[in-house]
Amino acid sequence: MAEKEQTTAFEIFPKDRKKTYGLMELVKGTTSHIEKEPEDTAFCWPNLVYIELISLLIATIVLLAISLYSHAPLEELAGSDTTPNPMKAPWYFLGLQELLVFFDPWLAGVVLPTFIIIGLVVIPFIDINPKGSGYYSFSERKFAVTTFAFGLALWWILIVVGVWLRGLDWQWYWPWDDWREHKPPSAVTLIDLELLLQNILGIGEQVSRIATYLLCAGYYAIGFTIPFILFRKFYKQLGFVRYNLVMFLFLSMMGVPLKIFLRLMMNIKYVMVTPWFKI
Amino acid sequence: MKKSFLDRLSDRLTELVTESQIWKAIFRHGFPDTDVNRSLVVFTNVFLHLHPVKVRKGALKVRFAWCAGGLTFFFFLVLTFTGLFLMFYYVPDTRRAYNDIKDLQTVIFFGNLTRDMHRWAAHAMVFFVWLHMMRVFLTGSYKPPREFNWVVGVLLLVMTLVLSWTGYLLPWDQLALWAITVGSKMAEATPLIGVAGPFAKELGITPSNDIRFMLLGGTIVGQSALLRFYVIHCIALPLVAAIFMTIHFWRIRKDGFSGPL
Ligand code: HEM
Repeated sequence: MAEKEQTTAFEIFPKDRKKTYGLMELVKGTTSHIEKEPEDTAFCWPNLVYIELISLLIATIVLLAISLYSHAPLEELAGSDTTPNPMKAPWYFLGLQELLVFFDPWLAGVVLPTFIIIGLVVIPFIDINPKGSGYYSFSERKFAVTTFAFGLALWWILIVVGVWLRGLDWQWYWPWDDWREHKPPSAVTLIDLELLLQNILGIGEQVSRIATYLLCAGYYAIGFTIPFILFRKFYKQLGFVRYNLVMFLFLSMMGVPLKIFLRLMMNIKYVMVTPWFKI
Repeated sequence: MKKSFLDRLSDRLTELVTESQIWKAIFRHGFPDTDVNRSLVVFTNVFLHLHPVKVRKGALKVRFAWCAGGLTFFFFLVLTFTGLFLMFYYVPDTRRAYNDIKDLQTVIFFGNLTRDMHRWAAHAMVFFVWLHMMRVFLTGSYKPPREFNWVVGVLLLVMTLVLSWTGYLLPWDQLALWAITVGSKMAEATPLIGVAGPFAKELGITPSNDIRFMLLGGTIVGQSALLRFYVIHCIALPLVAAIFMTIHFWRIRKDGFSGPL
């Protein structure tokens, strides 16, 4: 019996002296998929190849249909004498453009995107929870999934606002408003936090400026400290470097909606003014 | 049961084709309807060899991966193909770029369709790369040993966005000019290396030596900017992205797919 099998193997994969490699034979037994019998596996051809082919065909059909139905825009020849209003970036960057309402360009256009990219890159290195690898699970990784979903939601909400709710002069337009008519410039005047403090507390210019620095530093300081004290296990598991990275990125992300909130609720323009940059 | 005439005919034809010298010269194996040939079809074909010969049954579930990574790659291929066609007609010269696009829309056979497909596939690729990232996150597929492939993925995400953005300038219409103007305004604001950014004055950064100047090849979005964006969009980035996709796929094969057992 064994001899017969060997001869078939020999016939199927003839040895070739000129080659340095070859498929030797097919054997029955466990595979490198640990402790699993080959019964749990299926041949790629045709099983997977079919799925790929079908999804590729569906994608082609949908793409063709959309292209026949709806055409890529082409406006007037580029010229610097007329400026479109509103001037909108492609939709996938509108979240960033929307941030320009609340932050200076160096933050909205450069530093925050850089933080997003760095944040994404380090995810596998700061999420040390071994559970939930290879399957959907919320209960086993609540913090990770919630934080990620929050960031994603923030990104997409800003995009939706930018695409569908911003009209002339980057003003807020509801779908039922007349989008051809300019809105009166908003009546509220924005005020820096340091001025607000001066007015409310009656303190001097220098003192209130330092107070805003302390407030901003305090936001991070308190944010770093609270979990450090209340969730010792969280800190111990992550260790010093990871913990600080996680908290810095987390607090920076939360700072974005916080500043938006301060702007919308209290008309604050900058929370912190330095001779070099403003936040 | 005895085989019907048609079955016997198709068997005979299959045999005729797959036993011929030409077929064997190209494929080196028989029709893939036996286990051996199904292994060989994947094993001996450079494209199919991206797959393992056998996959776990769980990995076949569309519910798990949504085909999102595969479709991202497919849209990349569509973009390469339609982009090649567009390149035959498009010249990155500010005096004629816009008219070349108009020609594509109006006089060139299938020009408009190709342009539309290029545009929609670009949107689709951006959307699907997000979807794919979301899937990979939600299934925790970036956990060891796949950490680095996630990093490669993030680089691919950035490249996809930059590819889309550089393509935006090429039609040289109002939309293009002003979208890139907004973008380059942001570059100008980069801390340390942008003329309008924090600490620029202290470092002696001027409009003609900052990051925006490097990006645009000048101080305005003009001919040098168009040429730069064209070269980056059509040659540099597709090449780099293809290399990174190769690494991405290679690592999926080496680490194994994370799907359910
Ligand atoms: C041009 C962009 C990309 C292409 C063409 C691509 C393609 C693919 C393909 C075909 C797969 C196989 C499984 C599947 O279809 O889901 C895959 C898996 C994977 N991708 Fe991507 N991808 C891209 C971007 C990304 C991004 C942005 C990330 C994450 C930030 C990422 C991380 C991963 C990881 C970690 C896996 C392994 C998943 C597993 O084993 O379950 N990729 N990619």
